[in-house]
Amino acid sequence: MASKVIHALYNDDDILMQAVKKVRAAHHHIEEVYTPFPVHGLDKALGLADTRIAITSFMYGCLGLTVAVVMMNYMMIEDWPQDIGGKPSFSYLDNMPAFVPIMFEMTVFFAAHLMVITFYLRSKMWPFKKAENPDVRTTDDHFLMEVGVHNNEKELIELLRETGAVEVNTIEK
Amino acid sequence: MYTFSNRLKIGSYILMALGVICLATGFLGAPSTVEEAREMVASAHDDGHGSDHGEAMAHSEEHDASHDEHLLHQLQNRPWAALYTAAFFFFMIALGTLAFYAIQRAAQAGWSPLLFRVMEGITAYLVPGGIIVFVILVLSVMHVNHLFVWMDPEVVAHDELLQGKQGYLNPTFFLIRAVLFLGGWIFYRQYSRKLSLAQDEANDNSNFVKNFKWSAAFLVFYLISESMMSWDWIMSLDPHWFSTLFGWYVFASMFVSGITVIAMVTVYLKSKGYLEEVHDSHIHDLAKFMFGISIFWTYLWFGQFMLIWYANIPEEVTYFVTRIEDYKLPFFGMLVLNFIFPLLILMNSDYKRVNWFVIMTGIIILVGHYLDVFNMVMPATVGDQWGIGIAEIGGILFFAGLFIFSVFSALAKAPLVPKRNPFLEESRQFHY
Repeated sequence: MASKVIHALYNDDDILMQAVKKVRAAHHHIEEVYTPFPVHGLDKALGLADTRIAITSFMYGCLGLTVAVVMMNYMMIEDWPQDIGGKPSFSYLDNMPAFVPIMFEMTVFFAAHLMVITFYLRSKMWPFKKAENPDVRTTDDHFLMEVGVHNNEKELIELLRETGAVEVNTIEK
Repeated sequence: MYTFSNRLKIGSYILMALGVICLATGFLGAPSTVEEAREMVASAHDDGHGSDHGEAMAHSEEHDASHDEHLLHQLQNRPWAALYTAAFFFFMIALGTLAFYAIQRAAQAGWSPLLFRVMEGITAYLVPGGIIVFVILVLSVMHVNHLFVWMDPEVVAHDELLQGKQGYLNPTFFLIRAVLFLGGWIFYRQYSRKLSLAQDEANDNSNFVKNFKWSAAFLVFYLISESMMSWDWIMSLDPHWFSTLFGWYVFASMFVSGITVIAMVTVYLKSKGYLEEVHDSHIHDLAKFMFGISIFWTYLWFGQFMLIWYANIPEEVTYFVTRIEDYKLPFFGMLVLNFIFPLLILMNSDYKRVNWFVIMTGIIILVGHYLDVFNMVMPATVGDQWGIGIAEIGGILFFAGLFIFSVFSALAKAPLVPKRNPFLEESRQFHY
């Protein structure tokens, strides 16, 4: 990461998108973009890799299903196979329809909750975390692009001004 | 403008001809006397396992006679049931497509107007398909076959349960209802198509607005009529049995089959270069519907099965007992085809954009839902004398040929892309 960065502020998401494309075309490294709301297509313009969170969710779901099956097989079939209202407890398959609601809910529970926790871990979010926004306006109505400086400050500032930035600041980190 | 290719046309003729031959063989092969029926079953048994006969000898003479009579009826029903299953299956694809089409219009969906002509093409089968189903029902009422036991006054005379249901289940009212339902569906289909074509030439959007209103009204009519149709045409095959969510269950089956066929016809036309503006995002949306409604179908199937299995009330549970005992493979096999396959294959977002994947899953889903109709019709009509034989295959071939012929000749009658629909541009730009 560069020790010196430039913050370019925009007040329109369309202008921001154009700016991102221009800066990337000029081969400058965009460190970060702060926006008040999701800008459709920004990840593609920035060239970010696709998220893999859906894949983790699928695996968590499989885990949840396994937990449900193993738990109920142990409790209802192996440990104490009682006759409860005539339900067949000879094998798991015999009594399976009665277990399906729990299997389903456990799958969804694991898939959803573990995926959310994964998201928090990967994006480093927790209750007492210090907020990272470099400019309070980025949560309201401004968009901020952070570009690293590598001995090309003048040229970069000029480029960013051309892209329609309403404010360009150099920041020492 | 689409032209019905000669190869496809000849293909559909061949399918129909083969189907007629197979069906005729099936009808000629059905026994006409008790002795023939006995012989057929005996020879079928000798091939596999000959040790069952000692048990049969122990039965009393009288019981044997009624059993043989029953067997004769089952074997005579077999080609009829095969015909009816296939006729209903292809009819329900067109009806499911019509429901999807009406929903797209009533919801003013922005992605689908490019596909409206494809859907209108598929629903063209509603007219010939509906008429054939109706003719089979009339033949049943005329006692040409024994598909519906409650139509037999002899049976009703000895059955108090059926006597109690006579107010609803009587041949005249049954046919009146069938006419009303078919009339309503076909009317909406033809009128909506007319308005859709008129919109192309119009200077304002009045046809579009009219179509929107008719579609919303149709959906109300459809929900009621479809539910009653499923009681009449399917559930009354087992007149002692009833289930409250049966209408929804049949609806889910026809809805997912309809959407699947829309996707398959779209991919086919696109591969021939006719739907250039339809791109992967449209296919992706259709595949999402196939995925979602497959799971919806499974939810209803399980909702119906589990409630009856759990409570195990004798008068309800016989329905599933006969199916699990005599139809183990088709009954549970369809769950794999209709649920596990679509679930695992269509879960991945990238796969939903791969056209041959959608076609492959579509074929699996259609086979699964044919089996679904098979499982609803066969146990009530042929019992344990079922099979996927020449009559069943003949039925599928004939109606598949007729379906292809009517759908693609309707597609060739109008431009595949509507000219002026308020949402057309949005549909062109649709991107997911």
